Amino acid sequence: MHRVLGDRRAIALLLGPALLVYSLIMLVPMVWSLGYSFTKGNTINGFTGNGVANFSRLLDDPAVHDALWFTLKYAVVVTAGQVVAGYLLALLYVFFLKRASALVRTLVFFPVVLPTVAVGLLFQKFFQVAPQTGPVNSLLNAVGIDSIDFFGSAGSAFWVLIAMDIWRSMGFYAVLLFAGLVDIPDEVLESARLDGATGLRLVRHIVLPLSLPVLMSSLIFSINGTLKVFDSIVALTNGGPGTGTTPLTLYMFQTSFTYSDYGYGSTIALLLTVVCLLVSLVVYRVSRRDLTEG
Amino acid sequence: MPLRTSRARRARLSLLTAGTASLALLATACGGSGAGGSSSAPENFDYLSVTENTTVKTALTAMSKGECKAANDALPLKVETVPQASLDQKLQLLAGQDALPVQFAAGNAPALTQQLVKSGKVADLEAKLKELGVLDQLEPAAVSTIKALYGGELQVLPYEYNIEGIFYNKKVFADNGIKVPGTWEELVSAAAKLEAKGVQPFSASGQQGWPLTRLISGYLYRSLGPDALQKVADGKAKLTDPEYVKAAEEVAALGKKGYFGKGVGSIDYDTAMNQFLTGKAAMFYMGSWALANISDDKQNKIGAEDTGFMPFPAVTGGKGSVDQYPSNVGLGITFASKSFDKKTGAWVSCIAKNYGSTALKDHGSISGFKVNTEVKDANEVTTQVRDTISASKQNVLWFEALFSTKATTVSQQNAAGLVSGSTSPEQFMQTVQDALAAQ
Repeated sequence: MHRVLGDRRAIALLLGPALLVYSLIMLVPMVWSLGYSFTKGNTINGFTGNGVANFSRLLDDPAVHDALWFTLKYAVVVTAGQVVAGYLLALLYVFFLKRASALVRTLVFFPVVLPTVAVGLLFQKFFQVAPQTGPVNSLLNAVGIDSIDFFGSAGSAFWVLIAMDIWRSMGFYAVLLFAGLVDIPDEVLESARLDGATGLRLVRHIVLPLSLPVLMSSLIFSINGTLKVFDSIVALTNGGPGTGTTPLTLYMFQTSFTYSDYGYGSTIALLLTVVCLLVSLVVYRVSRRDLTEG
Repeated sequence: MPLRTSRARRARLSLLTAGTASLALLATACGGSGAGGSSSAPENFDYLSVTENTTVKTALTAMSKGECKAANDALPLKVETVPQASLDQKLQLLAGQDALPVQFAAGNAPALTQQLVKSGKVADLEAKLKELGVLDQLEPAAVSTIKALYGGELQVLPYEYNIEGIFYNKKVFADNGIKVPGTWEELVSAAAKLEAKGVQPFSASGQQGWPLTRLISGYLYRSLGPDALQKVADGKAKLTDPEYVKAAEEVAALGKKGYFGKGVGSIDYDTAMNQFLTGKAAMFYMGSWALANISDDKQNKIGAEDTGFMPFPAVTGGKGSVDQYPSNVGLGITFASKSFDKKTGAWVSCIAKNYGSTALKDHGSISGFKVNTEVKDANEVTTQVRDTISASKQNVLWFEALFSTKATTVSQQNAAGLVSGSTSPEQFMQTVQDALAAQ
């Protein structure tokens, strides 16, 4: 085996096809897209060089600022919500429901397998005010509060979106974190209990530090997924009202494919890539430090 | 040693095979787009349309079995549809691959059609129709509307010819002692009266946005005259000028008083139509294409005889007049230049001669083609609209007609916010003006 892997030709043969396919479908389009950032035009008119005009436009464009701010706000709130809700559920499974948790786990996981568009429509109907009053508004009316047009203002639409995305994905994080919690040896928990640690103190000093690695990977998963959110917003609000819930991804999509400005669209995509990269780096840094401490 | 060489050779050979195979795969993937290449004779009369528009599709299918059977035998009609919201993307991709179908809906905004024309992908319809001897089958009013929209050229066919105005519920008006409003002030007081009686004055789709921005342009054309938006397009005026913002303020005021009902931003096109046709709202700003729904007894619960049509009211002291109707040709439909051959020509001349009467007879839809077989109107309101069209001397366009795709989207996205109060009139006009300036 060692002799085979020591042979350059063998390595080339083994890696070659995979590398070729990877380059063709991943690296080439990425570099290509980077190239587009320096152009102006679209597939109909053709492309012409545009220097760094797209980049200076990116700095001045208030729509980009709004979209970037919305993306970050959304990512932070949803990530926190997903991981916290997931962690609480996992604790519930392990320490409270114990062996009986299978049914609850399945039920909570169920929204994860539903198509996003279906969930979007479900929540639209749930929170709608017209043409029919939706269940949530009916409930409000029943306790004497006037109907709220949830999708009429960016603030309330944002919270409906948050509620939807947390509901949709907490089951996934619960299962992920559940796997981490199950891995904590029973002896450790037992001895901590003998030492008098119960309830919150047990969680704070024993469970949390021991499940930190899996918690960190959940965070990285979650933040990268939420920074690139697209489908759930398109399904629920389509960026509206106005551009009140438009993240960078949707703005990039509209710029490239609706306004047919591919160059500027690529520039926005580049910004998104840089943001994702920076956030991942920060999370990695933090997690590594914590791991060595713990 | 000999063993090793042979193994190495075999390895090299298999590497070569793998490489060739992947190259071959790539080659087929690239060549798979089919219709690529220049001036290829089409095999079908491919028609790319939008899912929302069923009239043209159904009428053409009917004609392929009737009047245009000969053309259809030579070049069979094949319809493909995409949702209207993704039409522009689809067209750009197809144009980029040089794979536009024979006939296609030419984009949601004239700006895209003009781009396609500029790149030489669209047939020169005026020349082609003249060549086929059917240019006189187009109504002059429709031709002039197309030219006003598409930079002075005949770039699309008038499969529809619409004027816009306000449809109203005659019975509700009579019951509440309201006469047809002639001025904006009368319209506002009529709405107030209806609201006080518990009738929703207007139904409008805030999700679509354009039914609301049409009210802004309606007000602008009445107050500033028929060239109000041309001036904006030419850069001689800005939407943020006080006389333009006034129009947005007037429309926002209607929304503030709740005249559009609850949750206007979530109301889609069908729901808005349904609210009017089931008598839940008294007035409905819409184009004459709605006659198809109004004439349909299954949809129209208030009855076609109780449905009235009035022009957008005058603004006191304004420069425009009520007989200048906003007009359009619906979704522009055009032909690709490279597949426009003799067989396509046969289809086009058959359409030009027969579409007008087929659409009117089967769907109650008014087109910009001459009606060569006399058709009896389904109801009074259809007659009224047809008479208005043939009597109209000067037409105006709609709010976004001369905007870029971006400004069009921005305007329609923010319209619901304007009437629900989350965007102020100044903010709204500023946002649209910025989007106009961006391109």
